[in-house]
Amino acid sequence: MATPLVVSEVFKSFTMHLRDGLKLAVVNDVNFSVASGECVVLGGPSGIGKSSILKMLYGNYAVDAGQILVAHRDRIVDVAAVDPRTVLDVRRHTMGYVSQFLRTVPRVSAIDVVAEPLLARGVDAGEARDKAAALLAGLNLPRELWNLPPATFSGGEQQRVNIARGFITDHRILLLDEPTASLDAANRKVVVSMIAAKKAEGVAMLGIFHDEEVREAVADRILDVSAFSPRKAVAA
Amino acid sequence: MNDTPLFKVSGVSKFYGQRIGCKDVSFDLWPGEVLAIVGESGSGKTTLLNCLSTRLMPTAGSVEYRMRDGQFRDLYHMSEAERRFLMRTDWGFVHQNPADGLRMTVSAGANVGERLMAIGDRHYGNIRATATDWLSRVEISTDRIDDQPRAFSGGMRQRLQIARNLVTGPRLVFMDEPTGGLDVSVQARLLDLVRGLVNDLGLSAIVVTHDLAVARLLSHRMMVMKDGYVIEQGLTDRVLDDPREPYTQLLVSSILQV
Repeated sequence: MATPLVVSEVFKSFTMHLRDGLKLAVVNDVNFSVASGECVVLGGPSGIGKSSILKMLYGNYAVDAGQILVAHRDRIVDVAAVDPRTVLDVRRHTMGYVSQFLRTVPRVSAIDVVAEPLLARGVDAGEARDKAAALLAGLNLPRELWNLPPATFSGGEQQRVNIARGFITDHRILLLDEPTASLDAANRKVVVSMIAAKKAEGVAMLGIFHDEEVREAVADRILDVSAFSPRKAVAA
Repeated sequence: MNDTPLFKVSGVSKFYGQRIGCKDVSFDLWPGEVLAIVGESGSGKTTLLNCLSTRLMPTAGSVEYRMRDGQFRDLYHMSEAERRFLMRTDWGFVHQNPADGLRMTVSAGANVGERLMAIGDRHYGNIRATATDWLSRVEISTDRIDDQPRAFSGGMRQRLQIARNLVTGPRLVFMDEPTGGLDVSVQARLLDLVRGLVNDLGLSAIVVTHDLAVARLLSHRMMVMKDGYVIEQGLTDRVLDDPREPYTQLLVSSILQV
């Protein structure tokens, strides 16, 4: 089987046209790959470009140059180059993303927010809700909250809804942007064991974890993003 | 993935004398895809929507639509009768002002039923039953079926207009500022409703809006227009989170944070 995720010679900068075309280089010449069943953790100080890398992989940020190769269905797709429709198909079937914050939609209940990625893949509604309920229960989200829209939930509760939503599918690649940032110790442990289970299933994971304990527990390898930072080159 | 587009637009331009309405717009729309066209007033987005939906004849360009038999037809070379039939059955058009899309002096039930009669339904009981079902789907109390839309609030009128458009099971819906004149709580309800219906029915839609939050919530893909040109397009969250063009950056940075 092909390596699920290969990043090759990726460059990214922002041009701020409203600031007289100021150009901010974010990362230069990013190269790495993530194998099946491996959890790679992006390391380095804040502002070095870790989240930007995840966003580029997910197609949320455009790249200036380079390739992001994803094993999608039975072919290799370059997320940096394909049309929006293919990026959406990659998100639906191959690459999941657990963001730091939940973007809530008015009036949609927590359980439906979690079940939605399965519904989008044509899974039967009853089955999707059962699986969503099991995940929410595992993450200790009080049952009274399941049928409420998450807009009014606490930070930790929203984050657990977000994790359940990201973990419900059998995506081959998962991107994790600080999924444990607002969780207490007990729930962090739950997430660590969920990540271990995904590893055992052969899912390739790339994440950002500031919590050292969690990082120790899940990381197979730490990739230091400062190596791709244009600022480092200037300082040296 | 379905590999045949539903709608193929190439080189559509509309001039008003010397003035540009929209210039050289091309894109494909696939089944189930929602495209948002954003831009400020006068950017040409409504002109483009009217050209695409054949309400206006463009100066140049072609639009092809895949009919239910799988054949592509050039919309601008169809007869007026064929175009009208398409608009009544396989397409919907949701106007910003519901009064433009409804008949204000016939009952809500008749507003919905009329589209059914246009495709040949004649059984009164069936038409009324379908109309009742659609009123409840758009969250209008079914005991209002015999009331005229004149007696409805703005939000109810807009929902009725949506029911009227969707009752025939169209494959493509055009929407011109669907939440334009509504207050925010009514907007949220309507957006959630439209989003649910689009997902459940697998509709394709082209939505014109100046509201980037509406674009983010409803659309998969967006096009940004300025002075009649499409200046940037792509995946909706990419355009909003990493805008490339100066004008798009200005639009995105002008959103008020709540």
